[in-house]
Amino acid sequence: MQRQVLPSRLDPQSNHYRTNRESVLAQIAKLDELLAAARAGGGEKSVARHHQRGKLLIRERVEMLVDQDSPFLELAPFAGTGTDYEVGASVVCGIGVVSGVECYIMGNDPTVRGGAVNPYTMKKSMRGFDICMRNRLPYITLTESGGADLPRQSEIFLPGGASFRHLTELSAAGIPTISLVFGNSTAGGAYTPAMCDYTVFVKDKAKVFLGGPPLVKMATGEDSDDEELGGAEMHSRISGLSDYLAVDELDALRIGREIVANLNWKKLGPQAAAVVEEPRYSEDDLLGLAPADLKVPVDMREIIARIVDGSRFHEFKPAYGPNLITGWASLYGYEIGILANQQGVLFSAESQKAAQFIQLANRHNVPLVFIQNVTGYMVGKQYEQGGIIKHGAHMINAVSNSTVPHLTLQIGGSYGAGNYGMCGYAYKPRFVFLWPNSKTAVMGPAQLAGVMSIVRRAAAQAAGKPFEEKQDEFLRKAVEDQIESESLATFTSGQVYDDGIIDPRDSRTVLGMAVSAAMSAEVRGAAKYGVFRM
Amino acid sequence: MSASTIKKILIANRGEIARRIIRTCREMGIATVAVCSDADRDAPFVLEADEVVPLGGLRPAESYLRGDAIVEAAKRTSADAIHPGYGFLAENAEFAALCEQAGVTFIGPPSNVIAAMGSKIEAKRRMQAADVPLLPTIEVSGQSADKVLREVEKVGWPVLIKASAGGGGRGMRIAHSARDFATQLETARQEAQAAFGDGTVFVEPYITGARHIEVQVFGDSHGNVVHLFERECSIQRRHQKIVEESPSVVLDDELRSAMTSAAVRGAKAIDYVNAGTFEFLLTPQRKFYFLEVNTRLQVEHPVTEFITGLDLVRLQILVASGEPLPPEVFDVEPWGHAIEVRLCAEDPRHDYRPVAGKFNQFAISSGNGLRVDSALDDAGEVSPYYDSMLAKIIAHAPTRAEASAKLARALRAAKLHGIVTNRELLVRVIESEEFQQGATDTDFLVRHNPQTLGAPLTDASSERVHAAVAAIAGQARRRREAPVLRSAPSGWRNNPSQPQTVRYIGEHGEHLVEYLFTRKGIAVRVDGQPLDGVHLQLATADLVRLQVAGIERSFAAQQLADAVYVDSSLGSSVFTEVPRFSLSQDAAVAGSLIAPLPGTVHEVRASVGDQVAAGQVLLVIESMKLLHEIAAPQAGKVAAIGVERGRQVDAGTVLAVLEAEVADEK
Repeated sequence: MQRQVLPSRLDPQSNHYRTNRESVLAQIAKLDELLAAARAGGGEKSVARHHQRGKLLIRERVEMLVDQDSPFLELAPFAGTGTDYEVGASVVCGIGVVSGVECYIMGNDPTVRGGAVNPYTMKKSMRGFDICMRNRLPYITLTESGGADLPRQSEIFLPGGASFRHLTELSAAGIPTISLVFGNSTAGGAYTPAMCDYTVFVKDKAKVFLGGPPLVKMATGEDSDDEELGGAEMHSRISGLSDYLAVDELDALRIGREIVANLNWKKLGPQAAAVVEEPRYSEDDLLGLAPADLKVPVDMREIIARIVDGSRFHEFKPAYGPNLITGWASLYGYEIGILANQQGVLFSAESQKAAQFIQLANRHNVPLVFIQNVTGYMVGKQYEQGGIIKHGAHMINAVSNSTVPHLTLQIGGSYGAGNYGMCGYAYKPRFVFLWPNSKTAVMGPAQLAGVMSIVRRAAAQAAGKPFEEKQDEFLRKAVEDQIESESLATFTSGQVYDDGIIDPRDSRTVLGMAVSAAMSAEVRGAAKYGVFRM
Repeated sequence: MSASTIKKILIANRGEIARRIIRTCREMGIATVAVCSDADRDAPFVLEADEVVPLGGLRPAESYLRGDAIVEAAKRTSADAIHPGYGFLAENAEFAALCEQAGVTFIGPPSNVIAAMGSKIEAKRRMQAADVPLLPTIEVSGQSADKVLREVEKVGWPVLIKASAGGGGRGMRIAHSARDFATQLETARQEAQAAFGDGTVFVEPYITGARHIEVQVFGDSHGNVVHLFERECSIQRRHQKIVEESPSVVLDDELRSAMTSAAVRGAKAIDYVNAGTFEFLLTPQRKFYFLEVNTRLQVEHPVTEFITGLDLVRLQILVASGEPLPPEVFDVEPWGHAIEVRLCAEDPRHDYRPVAGKFNQFAISSGNGLRVDSALDDAGEVSPYYDSMLAKIIAHAPTRAEASAKLARALRAAKLHGIVTNRELLVRVIESEEFQQGATDTDFLVRHNPQTLGAPLTDASSERVHAAVAAIAGQARRRREAPVLRSAPSGWRNNPSQPQTVRYIGEHGEHLVEYLFTRKGIAVRVDGQPLDGVHLQLATADLVRLQVAGIERSFAAQQLADAVYVDSSLGSSVFTEVPRFSLSQDAAVAGSLIAPLPGTVHEVRASVGDQVAAGQVLLVIESMKLLHEIAAPQAGKVAAIGVERGRQVDAGTVLAVLEAEVADEK
């Protein structure tokens, strides 16, 4: 592969580097606290009670399910942050390797309110179905949930019903669905195993019925017990809802691994190169590159050099539209195309370059990685008259209709339509990850507050009212604070608008695992786009 | 010197000695023919010989003892001579005669000499005539039991009863008093009859604390007889030598001269030709007595080769082709000290039981005064049909202390991955205070407990380090073989909740290894205890460089199925990896006791119908040198026993079924 090794001019002794590093390390420390809270589940008492019942914690289940020493990428671990619910939203989701097959694994955390489903659990689960469908990942659910969080049922009942539809759609698409039932999965939850291709029930623990003994008694007057209505033995021997009767949790996990081993699974995307070069530069430098101050641009080539194989990069069209870097590289042995914001603003040239590059990647059937640090498309008379909207639309058209996998990494700001053009959440990237320092909003908090202030001033003037400067200052500050807090990575990640905030040093691993997962599905470039307005 | 008239030699033997003879033949430009049994078809000696005549069969009687078939093979391959090695037909006068009749040179003494020396009683008579010192001998044949006993009483107890045709300890019994004399005599007779087809036995005084010292002699057909100094072979297990050395530490020049000249005198008296060994007993009072003559090349000949610089096989071939002994034989200046040990596939902790099986790795370093005469290459099978000796390791150095240190180190560093050997015992013998001080006698292994001598050389704390290494090498192998995401860091987590775990059963018990790779490196805990100051320098599936507590070492690892071998400067360890998931208990009958790992049923302590208490040991499984007790998990009645003593079981085999005790409702 003829690709040059990117040079590095990074100075780890510079103040800039040190400031960035200290700032992002402080943010990582805060995130680690959130992760620790997620791992603690329902707390010590609840964990102890769970263990006393001879049950494994959800992460213990996942650890035994995945191949020894294989990597596991937990997705949306910060879901629910900043809400009334626990960090992680009582469910663990992620991509792991089971019997040599990359699978999507989701499992309720029964120590958190009995594994009840809240609105964020639901959002996280729905994201999971999308990931499975688009990346063609086998779906494994480790089921043990008390059902919907009843006080919030109105936000869950109607949209949440789609789970069962998604399960059967996955099955129809030839994507295996496997349910290992460790405990309660009753009423609506009973359809989770029912809609799966394979089910494994743990003896004396799985409980799957539409209505429990009291409800049956009320409805028909019949006397019954849990085992008769929904026990593992009953479902394995009589109803046939359970395909395998596991003697205990470990046995269920073993059977789950054997089921995957027998799927005759083959990835359909391009094959990875046999030999993969590690980057030439230390991943540790990414801390010094994470912009603490979003107004200061970041040299994206330094970041690319710390992510891609061998730090090798073939830049496309380097002299044209230099605010956006485009080019080819490989990651974990897979060919990728990269679009990265060298300077935050996108002009017409950058937009057209992006549209061309995205079309090339689709011709070559090569996945794209978007590295965002974008303030938006350029505004102003000259640019509007130069057709910036038209050119921005070219880029959005190309991104929207591109059919190769897209991965998005946000390393700084992501503002305005720049977020869209650079494949933000709404443009359905296969995976989207944020660095801790990144911020997302329609525009910067100060700009947004300033715009609102100008509008207020104009309104006052039009109405012939005096403009209250003091009040305006107060409002500006309040708006700025609100926008600032809602643009933080923990906020957007808490709302499940991404697949997680990552340590910058993990960028290669996370993107590598994501691209490898995406290669489970066939990669076929777009045959057609929307009309490019000329 | 004229070239040997022998151009092609058939080797009527196998294993290390066949390879040893081939080596000298190569050096002399002589073609080689091997014969082999079906069990040895792929053995190194077979592949190394120029031509091979398969004899078929497995057991010696079906193969290497078939003298007629071997002579026939020599004729078919136009071999000029047959080298019998040691054992098998080496001291079989009939075979030597058969060769003579067929016109094939037998590399050894003439058949009449072999026949005469084959009878120990006859040999003693001949030696007495040559004024070689003898122990009083009481002949048993043709004498009344009373008369024998009276004679025996005269020499005093204890006495040794020996088979006249014997060797290798068979047909040899000790009687301590008149009370057990008759029984031991009868047993010796029966053993001798069974082993040698000749029940003739004789009685000698039994000397405690004696040493076994032998003199190597060489004669040619021109009337020359020389000695090549002594070898001491006192350390024996059950009359089989396991450690041999030269010179003997107890001989001074005077005694050496007396013994060697007695040997030469004896050899001349019987017109000895070719290599021979005069075995003597040396009492604590420094009196020596003739025991027997071995009319062949000895197993321990390399000891003599090291100190003399001679090639005894070459001398044998020259002499057999009618040439006189070469001049260098007549003025040998022995140099340094040589020690040999016999590495055997046997288990000293279980009554020296021979072990058959496969070595996946068999590597003993050689060179620089270390010689390894091995039946195996770097791996190979050990068949159950023949002698358990795998290799001889011989060290040569200026002093005895240096030779023994060199030998012990080579043994400790050997990679023996497969079956049990006596390596531990050999190392402990050589390193023992007694051996170091030269206090070797034939009772050494009677005084010392083979259980202790055979115990693992690696201590429990080193084994824990080795367990950690096994885990690290295991993860490297799994990462290397991973079908997907091989580029990802080992065990990577963005939300790490627990370490990776693996369990091993070692010689000191079960170990739980927990390890976690972080940005800072690796953290390892073994049995709940963190390994201090761990720094991982290199981790591959077969080589790990790991620093523990400030000391960096290289560790070689090899995994084969669920067995893991680790070798380092800390010693050698072998582990059985405990499967992450036990076999489906669903398939097993409720209450079944399942073999936790593959092995042999060592003992069955319960019978069907027995009422047993919870925790009571029902069976004992022997695996990886350890005995594993299988206890009742609860009180109950034994409903079935699925195995019997000696049965090989796989992990997961149902050993017994227990019916749980039903609690009394009252």
